[in-house]
Amino acid sequence: MAELRQIAFYGKGGIGKSTTSQNTLAAMCHYYGQKILIVGCDPKADSTRLILHEKAQSTIMQLASEAGTVEDLELEDVCKPGADEFHPDNEEITEGYIMCTESGGPEPGVGCAGRGVITAINFLEEEGAYDDELDFVSYDVLGDVVCGGFAMPIREGKAQEIYIVMSGEMMAMYAANNISKGILKYANTGGVRLAGLVCNARMTDKEYDLAKHLAKQIGTQMIHFVPRSNHVQRAELRRMTVVEFSPNSEQAMEYKELARKIIANDLKVIPEPLEMDDLENLLMEFGLDEEVEEDAIGKKAEEA
Amino acid sequence: MQDVEKIVNGQKLFLKEEYQTSLAAKKEFESSMGSVNPAKVEEVGEWTKSWDYREKNLAREAITVNPAKACQPLGAIMAGLGFENTMPYVHGSHGCVAYFRSYFTRHFKEPTPCVSDSMSESAAVFGGLANMKDGLRNCNAMYKPEHISVSTTCMAEVIGDDLNAFVQGAREEAEGELDDTLITYAHTPSFVGSHITGYDNMMKATLEQLNPPKSEKVVDEGRINIIPGFEPYLGSLAEVKEICAEFSDKIVMIGDHEAQWNTGAGEYQLYAGGTPMEVAKTAINAEATVSLQKYSTVQTAKTIKNKWKQGYETCNPIGLAGTDEFVMKLSELSGKEVSEKLKSERAQLVDAMQDSYPYMHGKKFAIYGDPDFLLGLVSFIVEMGGIPTHVLCHNAPRKGWEKDMQEILDKSPWAKDCQIWPNKDLWHLRSLLFTEPVDFMIGNVYGKELYRDTGTPLIRIGFPIFDRHHLHRYSISGYKGALNLLTWITNGILDQLDEETKDIGETDYFFDAVR
Repeated sequence: MAELRQIAFYGKGGIGKSTTSQNTLAAMCHYYGQKILIVGCDPKADSTRLILHEKAQSTIMQLASEAGTVEDLELEDVCKPGADEFHPDNEEITEGYIMCTESGGPEPGVGCAGRGVITAINFLEEEGAYDDELDFVSYDVLGDVVCGGFAMPIREGKAQEIYIVMSGEMMAMYAANNISKGILKYANTGGVRLAGLVCNARMTDKEYDLAKHLAKQIGTQMIHFVPRSNHVQRAELRRMTVVEFSPNSEQAMEYKELARKIIANDLKVIPEPLEMDDLENLLMEFGLDEEVEEDAIGKKAEEA
Repeated sequence: MQDVEKIVNGQKLFLKEEYQTSLAAKKEFESSMGSVNPAKVEEVGEWTKSWDYREKNLAREAITVNPAKACQPLGAIMAGLGFENTMPYVHGSHGCVAYFRSYFTRHFKEPTPCVSDSMSESAAVFGGLANMKDGLRNCNAMYKPEHISVSTTCMAEVIGDDLNAFVQGAREEAEGELDDTLITYAHTPSFVGSHITGYDNMMKATLEQLNPPKSEKVVDEGRINIIPGFEPYLGSLAEVKEICAEFSDKIVMIGDHEAQWNTGAGEYQLYAGGTPMEVAKTAINAEATVSLQKYSTVQTAKTIKNKWKQGYETCNPIGLAGTDEFVMKLSELSGKEVSEKLKSERAQLVDAMQDSYPYMHGKKFAIYGDPDFLLGLVSFIVEMGGIPTHVLCHNAPRKGWEKDMQEILDKSPWAKDCQIWPNKDLWHLRSLLFTEPVDFMIGNVYGKELYRDTGTPLIRIGFPIFDRHHLHRYSISGYKGALNLLTWITNGILDQLDEETKDIGETDYFFDAVR
């Protein structure tokens, strides 16, 4: 049996991170028979819905607060097998399977979501959720690394390979760069490495070049450029991944390719994040055709 | 006012006229103890002693009143101080650490070495790495420890500080200053579990980090590790070591904090005694490890069993049967017969138990404390024919403990009258004492309020005990320790008997110069 690989998907909110990660993991399971545990680390708890065909799964923190403390929970309460082909007992399509957990967390504006992530991951480890049979544990983590709690998945002994989901927009790239900074902090003292950028295309100008160039500058690769497709949305409305919804579609093939690359990936680096100025220069160079002069900063469109 | 020539304690001070006047004025100002309707206060006060209130009290979900447990870093500090030349270092807020030190010091009447890196507002925002970089270097330069034992407070835990990364980072930037100092670390969030969880986490981390995995397993034949657990009775540590020495000199204690809180007069030594680092670093090579507190070493056990693939046993050498089991276990592991010395100690204990039996037999007790302490003590009470009516454990482990306790209670002919109260506090105990009274309470200093409130006499055995001196110097483990328990409990009962028969011409018909 191969060694358990722990990976994480990071990315700014709204970038399509949960959709990308679930489709990719579904492809790893569907086409390559991988056995996977998903650990959703987002208070929104939407990292497993496409695998489970559910609105949102009951989270560890939610169940813990109902039960009194997290010690009152059993692993079976929080760790659910995926639906249909992703169920361990269903071997029709694949021998692989996907188990799903969500850390959960507070409502917006109260409490501490980061602590929820720490509590949930500790619980899973102590209860032995990371069993010998698994090929992959995948963390799906909200936003840029905003506090210590959201860095929990990249602490020593946790995720070793980080995939950043981004697009060719300024803020998504800014977030990707920030996440690299977070990884760098931990990479100096531990085994965590940046394994690649996944560009979830928004179809902005020169997006492919931009993403590829950013990846190069940070010292990594753009592991895959996932084109935009309405197929994803169609599947999502049915609470399914494209891979399950229409496994022979072009879009499913894109995820299959990404899955293959991740399984085979051996480019894992300590990132070299850019300074803010360099990042802006990069955008000027690739993002838009026009150059913005120093004296144009802060001026409205009609003034220029 | 105090007269500097003749300082008096609070009891006498407040009897002085100026204080009495002031207290009377306060009472008048607050009009009938501060209530507008004293009769109602009286009525509600009485109601809190009823079954009706008890049911409401036991159904309480939200708050804790008068807890019978402390928090994780306290236990982590005790675990750290069990090692030689070790400075416990708490990554987090300063106030917590001041509290831990004074908590131990009030119990042991001895200084407690422990430092903090004093995280403040900005550390809460930016993370505590900067504090740790300075803190570890300062600690090392000031106190020259051989080993620093790092735990955390709630604050560092909530913001998610990563000790592994921080300790390594601090080491790398210390310009070599920390190169010769061992640093072990454990996350000890105060809001999870209790002091025994912290002890467990620190012990596990220390052993794991000092014994990195080896490619080849080395076995030091005959070596046995003893982990005492969160043991506030220093005499128990001494007695356990004494018993072990009867079997083999290769039985070693891992986490021996006996000497640390038992220094003599003269120049103060910061570090005293403790398990030498060389012994700690070879713990992995032992044939077996025996934990004397099963529930204070739940996580540590996993390392020993699963990672070290070592024999792991638990014993609870409190009371006759508990000590027998421990002694037989050592005999089995060492392959040596039980010595005459131990046999004679046992015989003396059994003899003494027979002498005191009539007084303890049939008495009802309410006992509270840590899970392993309770398993031992309740077992002893049952051996003496006492009735453990209420067994209350605020930090009761989720799995296994209740069953273990029930098995002990089932040995008593009064088993059906005995109740286990897991995860309840001392305010719950108050309701229990009013509705189903007992003859005696056994527990720590925090039963004092209950004694005043309910009139149930308190026999002080447990942790912490701030208001009686030197009890921690005695043993409660082994045959001699059981003799101490027997002495304290029997004499507690006899004191109460005297108290109840002292009224001249009323209850003094009971002739009680000889018992």
